Amino acid sequence: MSRSPWNDRDWSNHPDLIYPDYKSTVLRNPKKPLLKLDKIKQIPAPKFQTSSLRTIDADLTLNAKKDHDPIGERIIVLGKVKDEYGRPVPDCLIEIWQANSAGRYVHREEIHDAPLDPNFLGAGMTLTDQNGDYKFTTIKPGSYPWGNHQNAWRPAHIHFSLLGRSFVDRLVTQMYFEGDPLFKYDPIFNSIPDEKAKDRLVAKFSIDQTIPDFAHAYIFDIILRGREATPMET
Amino acid sequence: MKKNTYLQTPSQTVGPFFAYGLTAKQYDYPFPSLFSGNLIKNEVHGKVIIISGKVYDGQGIALDDAMVEIWQADLQGKYRTNLNDDFLGFGRMGTGSNEDRSFEFKTFKPGKVEKNLAPHVNITVFARGMLNHLFTRMYFSDEEEDNQKDIILNQIDPLSRSNLIANKVDDQNYRFDIFLQGEHETVFFDI
Repeated sequence: MSRSPWNDRDWSNHPDLIYPDYKSTVLRNPKKPLLKLDKIKQIPAPKFQTSSLRTIDADLTLNAKKDHDPIGERIIVLGKVKDEYGRPVPDCLIEIWQANSAGRYVHREEIHDAPLDPNFLGAGMTLTDQNGDYKFTTIKPGSYPWGNHQNAWRPAHIHFSLLGRSFVDRLVTQMYFEGDPLFKYDPIFNSIPDEKAKDRLVAKFSIDQTIPDFAHAYIFDIILRGREATPMET
Repeated sequence: MKKNTYLQTPSQTVGPFFAYGLTAKQYDYPFPSLFSGNLIKNEVHGKVIIISGKVYDGQGIALDDAMVEIWQADLQGKYRTNLNDDFLGFGRMGTGSNEDRSFEFKTFKPGKVEKNLAPHVNITVFARGMLNHLFTRMYFSDEEEDNQKDIILNQIDPLSRSNLIANKVDDQNYRFDIFLQGEHETVFFDI
């Protein structure tokens, strides 16, 4: 049985390796061109089962709760993971991490002077279901300052990590929120070469998915690589 | 053939603060980890090896906020995809918990996946300052006969080729440093 290799990384949608406006890219990326090698693209990926995860791992308002609900605006983040042909990607491991509502990360090296929330860690994970759908419940993260340039602030964002169906089908990205006034000042967001591609990292508010008296909903669909179907497989 | 109608979601950096989400157990944060630097769940038969190294920037400084993932075949040259097996060929480690900024994987030495491929470990590198993750692979210095026949290694110029071969330190330890930039820049693949 022959199978098509996974599609290439589509560089018209991904940032350049070195993007000098984001200063730390300058010394942390190769200067030689990447070497194209199709052979490597056939490697499979680990498979995950729902039994490996707890339901509570997908609810960041509960998974670190001690005695109170975490402070901030409760939100639902949901969407579908698909490939480039629109086929759903089931059993895809999604891991997320984020700042709390005050814009403070739990990470020990973080020095931003904003309060920690004892009832919020900011980490979650889940698997997509058979339709490629996923859902997290969390707190809307705050913006936080960083040292890239004078008065630099990151737009509010949630980090996403996805393990797809192949070793090469790996994605680490960030989800942003519709209407953030910081977009135009952020070199990480603006490293993406295409305006439409940028917009695909912006989660859209959905009144239909919003749960009455509970939480706003944001939709964030994610497209992983695909591979062409091979109808003549024998 | 179906035409692709959706475009890939753009990549963004893993940032400096991934530790409590992606490698919580290693960094001692209260959150479960599906992976670690130890790929062997139970002590079963097979030669256990340690692969360690550092990730260097263009000024030769070792990063303390990089994350390395490895993915490899088992002793028989098969990729195990079941998370519940004794051996999962997938490991993940950040470079911020060892004092010397090294990563360290406890694993089995992989078998040959195919006749013309020498034993190897696939590697993915992430870090603050990297907007895209990078792919490379590691070979073993004590498998030179197989390395000579490896169809991937043989596509790489001799100088860069040596950067993909881990040095055997002793019976158990292999050393593999990753150079993101500079004189010894590692070969990264566009895959």
